[in-house]
Amino acid sequence: MEKSRYQKLVKKYKPKENRLFNGMMAFLVGGIMGMIGQFLVEFYATNLEISTKEAGTFMIITLIFIGCLLTCFKFFDKWVHFAKAGLFVPITGFAHAMMSAALDYKKEGMVTGLGASMFKLTGSVIIFGVVSAYVFGLIRILLFGGTI
Amino acid sequence: MTFFYKNVYINETATVAGPYEKKGPLHHYFDKSYDDLKMGENTWEDSESRILEESVDILLAKMNKKRFDIDVMISGDLMNQLTASNYAASRLGIPFLGIYNACATSVEGLLIAANMIEAKQIKNAICSVSSHNNAAEKQFRYPVEYGGPKKKTTTFTTTGGASAYLSSEKAPIKVESATIGTVIDMGIKDVYNMGAVMSPACANVLYKHLEDTGRTLDYYDMIYSGDLGIYGKKILPEFMKLEYGMDLKNYNDTATMIFDVENQSVYAGGSGPACLPLVAYGYLFDKMKKKELKKILLIATGALMSTTMVNEKHTIPAIAHAISLEVNL
Repeated sequence: MEKSRYQKLVKKYKPKENRLFNGMMAFLVGGIMGMIGQFLVEFYATNLEISTKEAGTFMIITLIFIGCLLTCFKFFDKWVHFAKAGLFVPITGFAHAMMSAALDYKKEGMVTGLGASMFKLTGSVIIFGVVSAYVFGLIRILLFGGTI
Repeated sequence: MTFFYKNVYINETATVAGPYEKKGPLHHYFDKSYDDLKMGENTWEDSESRILEESVDILLAKMNKKRFDIDVMISGDLMNQLTASNYAASRLGIPFLGIYNACATSVEGLLIAANMIEAKQIKNAICSVSSHNNAAEKQFRYPVEYGGPKKKTTTFTTTGGASAYLSSEKAPIKVESATIGTVIDMGIKDVYNMGAVMSPACANVLYKHLEDTGRTLDYYDMIYSGDLGIYGKKILPEFMKLEYGMDLKNYNDTATMIFDVENQSVYAGGSGPACLPLVAYGYLFDKMKKKELKKILLIATGALMSTTMVNEKHTIPAIAHAISLEVNL
């Protein structure tokens, strides 16, 4: 059998992923995450009497801490699996991916394991995050002006 | 390449299973099972090595033999450098051959041992395999606690260690013949659809086996592949029909037998070198001893996947080996 014909056969028996349901779940959970984030921003801004921008940083730190802590409690993976993009696209997904790698590799030593492999999944996020921030920052300055 | 055996028997087997298998439909047939994946060890690698070693110890106890009575131990697993097998073997101190054919390792081991026994080079052999869900997840996929979404075609690595004792002493289960398979690559790149990767290799070795032995499919009471999963199990019969014009009916796949695929969240079913022997050594051999099955063909299928090669955009080759077992009562 030719490879192309076999690939058609494989496709025939490939189960359909429930995209609509997954999308709805991600929308709902992602929305709730956004709400929690906004609540935290308001909470910090009002109670600590800081600007909204500073409160945003506090909110991110809080969510990263919660994401890491829940990963250590060993049930967050089931939530992420269920909520899909609703939990792994927000900052909680970054925290979860980093923490899960850290948990796995800490047994291989602090330097050779944890240090070397903690960013196994999230390293790409950081690298391409920095690169794209640079590129888009440059475009903004060249096209629309503004301060660095 | 097919070999026929006159004087090779599987005298005894031993299986140690993990928590998901314990909750599965075949839990009565394991010699030992664990409620957690750690099994009292500190790392996943140690856990896998431990269950492999335990399966050998249980086997020796059942046979009333000592370690120095064994001529050779042939063992394999999924971990890099055969970690589980090597470390278990270093503690066991039995002359050791390490083999790798991914999930086809179990039958590969039986085949090598049977040939050596038939040639009277050795009196007996222990063939072992192991796999561990978290050890495999960590090595091949994502960190254990990471909960990224998985496709429905993904298989769930079984946790277990399985060992079989082969010799020329007569026993109810006779090794009748075995066929070495060919590595086949049908251009599949999807690491989450191993059933599709392995089905053509499985079909090929089945066809070659029937051709070499001059048999038809209904010569066997049942043909078992391990581990194509829910979707590979659908692909194989259609592939057999299209490619070889054969109607495969007396067939099942051990990936769908080890777990309750409807109610346990195991996606497309079990996988890993331990999947086929965990089903065969307990459940199937029990059925054979009761004469409910007299002639079976076990086809172990392995995706020879390397994470490096997959990242470098290569397709995944696959292998399958077949072994024919008969009741000798």
